[in-house]
Amino acid sequence: MRIAVASGKGGTGKTTVAVALAVSSGVPAQYVDCDVEEPNGSIFLKPAAGSTETVSVQVPEINEERCTSCGRCARFCRFNALVSLGTPPLVFPELCHSCGGCEIVCPADAITWKDVPVGEVSIGQDTRTGLRVIQGKLKVGSVLAPPVIKAAKAAASNLPLTILDSPPGTSCPVIEAVSGVDYVLLVTEPTPFGLHDLTLAVDTMEELGLPFSVVINRADEGDDRVENYCRENDIHVILRIPHSRRVAEVYSRGGTLVEALPELSRVFREIPGEIEGRLG
Amino acid sequence: MRVAVASTGRTADSQLDSRFGRAPVFMVYDTETGEYQAVDNGMNLNSAQGAGIQTAQNIAATGAEAVIGANFGPKAVLVLQTASIRMYLCQSGTVAEAVEKFKAGELQELTAANVRSHW
Repeated sequence: MRIAVASGKGGTGKTTVAVALAVSSGVPAQYVDCDVEEPNGSIFLKPAAGSTETVSVQVPEINEERCTSCGRCARFCRFNALVSLGTPPLVFPELCHSCGGCEIVCPADAITWKDVPVGEVSIGQDTRTGLRVIQGKLKVGSVLAPPVIKAAKAAASNLPLTILDSPPGTSCPVIEAVSGVDYVLLVTEPTPFGLHDLTLAVDTMEELGLPFSVVINRADEGDDRVENYCRENDIHVILRIPHSRRVAEVYSRGGTLVEALPELSRVFREIPGEIEGRLG
Repeated sequence: MRVAVASTGRTADSQLDSRFGRAPVFMVYDTETGEYQAVDNGMNLNSAQGAGIQTAQNIAATGAEAVIGANFGPKAVLVLQTASIRMYLCQSGTVAEAVEKFKAGELQELTAANVRSHW
């Protein structure tokens, strides 16, 4: 089973929940850090050094001997990555989405491709739990998170439980992280910001047709608007995590939620089974 | 020669737009006839990326040999230079005032981007 842990708002506790789920499962499991702009699961999981692979995308190169300066490639490009001024086109590789359209419309067969590194994926094993830890990491200066997320997901092996730690928000990186998973947990907090961004995340999951439940972190703080929203919209709240100084203390030393509150370990272990039951 | 000016509106007394790629209009002035032509650049206002690149292409298509603006980013500069369009800096005022300063040789020519790339 593949469970993605997502949220609208950042800082609600996605990594906290994802790590707790992965280390509590009791079955062979892996944790995939899809938050490639700021992957931080390894602060808590401490994977021993394993293998690292570079993730590249392909961008066009113009063969100026063949190019007839017709400009069709530049007119086709929706991302303004190619510019033709009656000349062989200028290429702006950082704007390219590697769609391949320029090559298709080029009548002179003047477009070839070169690899540009955009990030890396590392695979290791958490020394204490044996958990397989996969981390995608976007290269500084690169903006194309989805290819790195896709590569991190592709590096996951076929284990009984895969936990994907999604980036925050509701845009392309999130879509890439959650696509194809069996279930999504949306982590939120009982604040106006938490509620606002939860509604965006709920809309996104409904648009994608993905089943989901909500986790309310720091549930005894803030107000009851998130609870009311979930009740009014028939949204299942699978877990409420209490606000606790103990959690903050353990977290600040790189410890996990279930180390801080061992009584939650059993709760997290049962979540995959509960999700399976909900999926029927 | 024709000079394109980044403008907030479609008349010569419109204020300059401080942005290049996302200026809604370029007022193209012909130094021989003394006439202005408004060129719509609105399609780039909401483009997710590459607005400066697209705008530079639009200006090249007007036949302008010079462009007046407040800020030029690195990608726009590369495209404008490839098209042999010279860039002149003018931070504020109206389009007509900028053109007068240009004709009087009072505007500083730009040879490299004066703002950083952004997304």
